[in-house]
Amino acid sequence: MWEYTDKVMEFFYNPRNQGTITEKGEGQAITTGEVGSIACGDALRLHLKIDEATQIILDARFQTFGCASAIASSSALTELLVGKTLDEALSLTNKQIAEFLGGLPEEKMHCSVMGQEALEAAIFNYRGIPLDNHEDDEGALICRCFGVSDARIRRIVLENDLTTAEQVTNYVKAGGGCGSCLADIDDLIADIVTEKATAVAVATEVVKAKSAPKPLTNLQKINLIQQVLEEVRPALAQDGGDVDLFDVEGDLVKVILKGACGSCSSSTATLKMMIEARLRDRISPEITVIAV
Amino acid sequence: MRDCIYLDNNATTKIDEEVLGAMMPYLTLYYGNPSSMHSFGGQVGKAVKTGREQVASLLGAEASEIIFTSCGTEGDNAAIRAALSAQPNKRHIITTEVEHPAVLNLCKNLEKQGYTVTYLSVDSQGRLDLDEVQASLTGNTALVSIMYANNETGVVFPVEQVGQMTKEYGALFHVDAVQAVGKIPLDMSNSSIDMLTLSGHKIHAPKGIGALYVRKGTRFRPSMVGGHQERGRRAGTENVAGIVALGKAAELAQAHLPNIAQERQLRDYLEQTILTLIPDTVVNGNPIERLPNTMNIGFKYIEGEAILLSMNQYGICASSGSACTSGSLEPSHVLRAMGLPYSVLHGSIRFSLSRFTTQDEIDRVIEVLPDTIARLRAMSPFNSDDASWLQEQEKAALAK
Repeated sequence: MWEYTDKVMEFFYNPRNQGTITEKGEGQAITTGEVGSIACGDALRLHLKIDEATQIILDARFQTFGCASAIASSSALTELLVGKTLDEALSLTNKQIAEFLGGLPEEKMHCSVMGQEALEAAIFNYRGIPLDNHEDDEGALICRCFGVSDARIRRIVLENDLTTAEQVTNYVKAGGGCGSCLADIDDLIADIVTEKATAVAVATEVVKAKSAPKPLTNLQKINLIQQVLEEVRPALAQDGGDVDLFDVEGDLVKVILKGACGSCSSSTATLKMMIEARLRDRISPEITVIAV
Repeated sequence: MRDCIYLDNNATTKIDEEVLGAMMPYLTLYYGNPSSMHSFGGQVGKAVKTGREQVASLLGAEASEIIFTSCGTEGDNAAIRAALSAQPNKRHIITTEVEHPAVLNLCKNLEKQGYTVTYLSVDSQGRLDLDEVQASLTGNTALVSIMYANNETGVVFPVEQVGQMTKEYGALFHVDAVQAVGKIPLDMSNSSIDMLTLSGHKIHAPKGIGALYVRKGTRFRPSMVGGHQERGRRAGTENVAGIVALGKAAELAQAHLPNIAQERQLRDYLEQTILTLIPDTVVNGNPIERLPNTMNIGFKYIEGEAILLSMNQYGICASSGSACTSGSLEPSHVLRAMGLPYSVLHGSIRFSLSRFTTQDEIDRVIEVLPDTIARLRAMSPFNSDDASWLQEQEKAALAK
């Protein structure tokens, strides 16, 4: 048996705002968002009444097919929405829905995700943004059983700081069917972790560099240059090339182009566009990069 | 814990007071080892012998054909592995898509070890196709392992007919009868079954004891190797109290069998009333070829866990084949194998009765269930009036 909080059970037994919205006044609009499916075992149709002038959500109702935590999460979502503007509502995360209920069992986090996604669908519907074009457009389908794309997994991993494939299954069900995509999910998480680490490190260095009153030390400069080279390396590797730092003399950065880059006619463009531009942005506008 | 209306007897059963009374002295006073030479152990050995005879009697078997195990899973594993190691040149197994995981997952493991496994399909009522059984058998088939009755739907397979076919090809025949024992009369003295698994806690004995019937003359290689217990077929000091309990439970089950119609009547009454009072409700599994205590009902358009937790408010205990209850995200493999539509699949509830179930309890369920179902249906975006979203999805699921 699941360990649901008292609040989950309260919202399951006595759900708030269950039903549909059919009546609207002057200057008001009704929109709905549908997510999930009967095949997946849970589905939510969210109804919103919006004041068109202020963009404030006047009423929110839900219809849910699903387990106790799906019903409680849907009801919690409607409680969180009323009185918010659409933009405020869009910043609501699945985490906030779960927190409102005093937490959900890890395996049931997908119920809170369903709420967040239905909300987005409803607002996109209202704004006339085609749903098919918002997040599932880019990137490959990772989980065929539950139809989950890498873009959706990426988002949920970043928003909830997930670190394992099992967690991803708990949040968006990906990997919960035949399990054949679990290794792909592991790879995706590894990529995201690396990207995050790089982004954080770069941002820290940039902040440090920009706030520093005195010129960068050679060591700081070299660290920044190395990070930029790390960033461009995957792109070069795709074409069979690579790059190494050779030396730094003041504002002159000398690099060695290796592999296919060494003989490539577009290597100068690579140097100027990819490496020099980034270094000028982060270190100094005076930087020049040459290949040796 | 408040009194509950326990309709989950296919999951486990309560220990019969008489069973508890019979086993208790073997946890307190008579703690000797049945293998010992002194009379203190010897009297314990006699209790084990009695237990074995009681179990054999329930099955119409000889005492020497009974091996005590720790549970149904152990019995299934031991039987299947023994059958395979007795016939090392045969590499084919036949089972069904709707077996208990104890058989199904072992077969999947065996596939990785190079065995070929045929998983027989079932029809929309959960029944086997005997022609498919016939067509699957070859000279290379080492073992046919099918369940006597399905734990989720209660559907009973024609095991004797399958057994006859099996014999023609010289394959061994194992039957997982964990759900059938005590509910259907069994007679191994006049049967095509070579090995049969049963479990104590399904027949009002405690958890942790089971038995495997192995027909005399069947070559049996033990999975558990060690001491000489169970005539070398299952090493390990006997679970004496468990064996005494299982023996007593077998005796009581045998005595109850002539009255099993009462359970069936109560079950039918519950089922018919639900079908009458609650719309959009279907029986899963063939209603005739079925255990007398089991019913599996699909409540369309709502989800099983929500139904169970709603009933739990009233102290009603049942179980569901929905994905959300198992934590696996996929609904029951049994109901999926039957090809049920998703609207039924996720809202399926199993009620399983026992000899302790009363008319009052059933009436209490009937009193609260219609409102419970109606409350959840009012919340659902799917219903029979507005099925557009649903139909779209069923179509998409089929296309997949």
